[in-house]
Amino acid sequence: MRLTRIALAADAAATIAGPALAELVIPTLNYRTGPYAPSGIPYADGYSDYLTLVNERDGGVGGLPIREVECETGYNTQKGVECYEATKGEGSLIYIPQSTGITYQLIPKATEDEIPIHSIGYGRTSAHYGKVFPWVFNAPGTYWDAASVMVKHALEQSDGSLEGKSVTLVYHNSAYGKEPIRTLEELAEKHGYELTLLAVDHPGQEQKSQWLRIRRERPDFVFMWGWGVMNQVAVQEASNIRYPMENFIGVWWSGSEADVVPAGAGADGYKAVTWHSPGRDFPIYEHLEEHVHSKGLGAGDGSSIGSVLYNRGLFSAAVTTEAIRKAQEIHGVADITPPMMRDGMEALDITEARWAELGLPDFTSPIKLSCADHGAPGLAAVQQWDADAQRWSLITGFIEPDESVVDPLIEADALAYAEENGIEPRDCE
Amino acid sequence: MLYREAGDFKTSYVEDAQTFPIAFDRWRYYAVLAVAFLVVPFFIDQYWEKAVFIPFFVFAIATMGLNILTGYCGQVSLGTGGFMAVGAYASYKLMTAFPDLNFFFVVILSGLITAMVGTLFGLPSLRIKGFYLAVATLAAQFFLVWLFNKVPWFYNYSATGQITAPERTVFGIPVTGPAVAPWASYLFCLVFVVLLAWLMRNLTRGTLGRQWMAIRDMDIAAEIIGVDPLRAKLTAFAVSSFFIGIAGALFFAVYLGAAEPTEAFSILQSFIVLFAVIIGGLGSIFGSFAGAAFMILMPVLLKNTLVGTLGWPTAIATHLEFVVVGGLIMVFLVVEPHGLAALWRLAKEKLRLWPFPY
Repeated sequence: MRLTRIALAADAAATIAGPALAELVIPTLNYRTGPYAPSGIPYADGYSDYLTLVNERDGGVGGLPIREVECETGYNTQKGVECYEATKGEGSLIYIPQSTGITYQLIPKATEDEIPIHSIGYGRTSAHYGKVFPWVFNAPGTYWDAASVMVKHALEQSDGSLEGKSVTLVYHNSAYGKEPIRTLEELAEKHGYELTLLAVDHPGQEQKSQWLRIRRERPDFVFMWGWGVMNQVAVQEASNIRYPMENFIGVWWSGSEADVVPAGAGADGYKAVTWHSPGRDFPIYEHLEEHVHSKGLGAGDGSSIGSVLYNRGLFSAAVTTEAIRKAQEIHGVADITPPMMRDGMEALDITEARWAELGLPDFTSPIKLSCADHGAPGLAAVQQWDADAQRWSLITGFIEPDESVVDPLIEADALAYAEENGIEPRDCE
Repeated sequence: MLYREAGDFKTSYVEDAQTFPIAFDRWRYYAVLAVAFLVVPFFIDQYWEKAVFIPFFVFAIATMGLNILTGYCGQVSLGTGGFMAVGAYASYKLMTAFPDLNFFFVVILSGLITAMVGTLFGLPSLRIKGFYLAVATLAAQFFLVWLFNKVPWFYNYSATGQITAPERTVFGIPVTGPAVAPWASYLFCLVFVVLLAWLMRNLTRGTLGRQWMAIRDMDIAAEIIGVDPLRAKLTAFAVSSFFIGIAGALFFAVYLGAAEPTEAFSILQSFIVLFAVIIGGLGSIFGSFAGAAFMILMPVLLKNTLVGTLGWPTAIATHLEFVVVGGLIMVFLVVEPHGLAALWRLAKEKLRLWPFPY
């Protein structure tokens, strides 16, 4: 008991903080440690660098500087709880949990505390349905959109028909990896392919038996929902069994440099869906160099600059700052509160011209959210890895998901959640 | 001068056998209880509740549970994470099947269900011992987590396999779900901690506890003097699992609110609890608390000191946290192999003699 009390007293001294100046507080639940760090670090660097850029170049948003409060979760839900409680008292405007598990945990809590959550292309798919989830956003797309786009791409590759073909899903055995199963099953009925499910347990280093099975059964397509070290191992295993890489498609979390480089030439031709362009041929990189990196203000060691997940960090920070700007515009005050931030997210409208102004022309598709639609636009493109040139490049335009399948599933799941938790779906007129 | 037996006369057997024979200790104990029940609830905020007290209470209960098995009965178990999962899923099924049931009974029933499962997995302990038993219980860990992932009935056929605790009440006051007042969940867990510690103290100094210790010290000798190893070992597994099941139910329903088996109940939890038992001290209730505090609160304290006060980068702080906690484990085990409880005992003995040690 005595030890506890000493720990608590020291803890109290440590948590006293909080300057009185007006600032925009953005908490970042990063993971720079643990088995998911290879995926977590580039994203975290990109996000932080963009916020630093906005502070350095424009003096923040609407004249107020952004203060980033970083918290290390290690992709662990227990630490996620600690991070949420530690940061929410500082006036945090929006949470980007970076983990489907933590998102699930925060949905009820943040809804109660009235702080918006933006789970960018992950988390609970049915959060797309804004009538039931007023505080949760998952733009620019959901896993069900991704699954549908992957099937569409497979259709294209097999000349328009998947009748009698086989598809294997290799997935991370968690809420994250299980998300697409429902859609893929539904689509299997529609297109007549046979679906096999192969789970890989956390953290994903052990996949020998799964790939042995793939080697034996030789499915026509392998889809993957992996993250962190699981991706590298899967790509390596696929190249070991000489699986045709152009038939191996990962979700947008399984398509970064760190996932394919370790497999060397064997990874050539591996595909992944994505919602933004890879590479660094964008004007924003000049701004970053001028205002952030040359001044030594960059986050991390700088090795991740220009990678796919770094770009994703830029994307999500751009969405955050644009939502702040929108919220300030709507409410006419610079020092916004979390509920105002939510209004900003709901009214978010980043047009093609606006993306170009931000220094990211042709980077991604325009985004327009509304009260009912928290997950637009749902478009995804396919990128392919070129092992000789050591770079990803887009091989298709942005593909629309099969809304006739995805939308009813989302609505059904959201309404089931509403009923379970006694939520009255709001009217979005 | 305060810490003395002198002048504190015991006139009955009951007084002679009491837990805290020294008056000062007794008053300290009552003072801690009074502060915990009457003062803290008025000052607690959500950070202290969710990041400090609730995880500490949950792991203190789990550590007490494993201490019964490992510390008192000498059976090593690596299945703690799996048994916590049983408690969590039992509470989830009970919460959703009987929405009107007082949550207090849900937790108790979850503990009982876990006790049954634990007894089942304790059966191999009759034939195998030591490291071999540790491996056998490891099977429980992996099997149970796999089961909760595989069979949709356990997670009510939800699309993702994630379980989420609905709002449940005790005497009309919500203790689970997002809208819980910090004091409510704090008091709810505290009641369990106090009740279970009291139960453990009284079990371990009674017939059952003496049987466990006899088995631990030398099972053949124990059998010769008339201890039934079947009964002793299986009761140890049952009582231990009861504690761990309650910890699992509180861990899921009150602390996390949502969980998925592979991450929340991984082998890591088994290790944390086992380390807490070893660092705290085998066969000691105080040691269970000290060990749980060390394993759960030390990282939080380090994080707040390094990141909050000193402003270090979070990644370096986290890496350093591993180094410091690992280093401290080694230091403690080298300096005092019997754990923090032994240090505490030593300090008390020194205090009795102070200021005239001989």
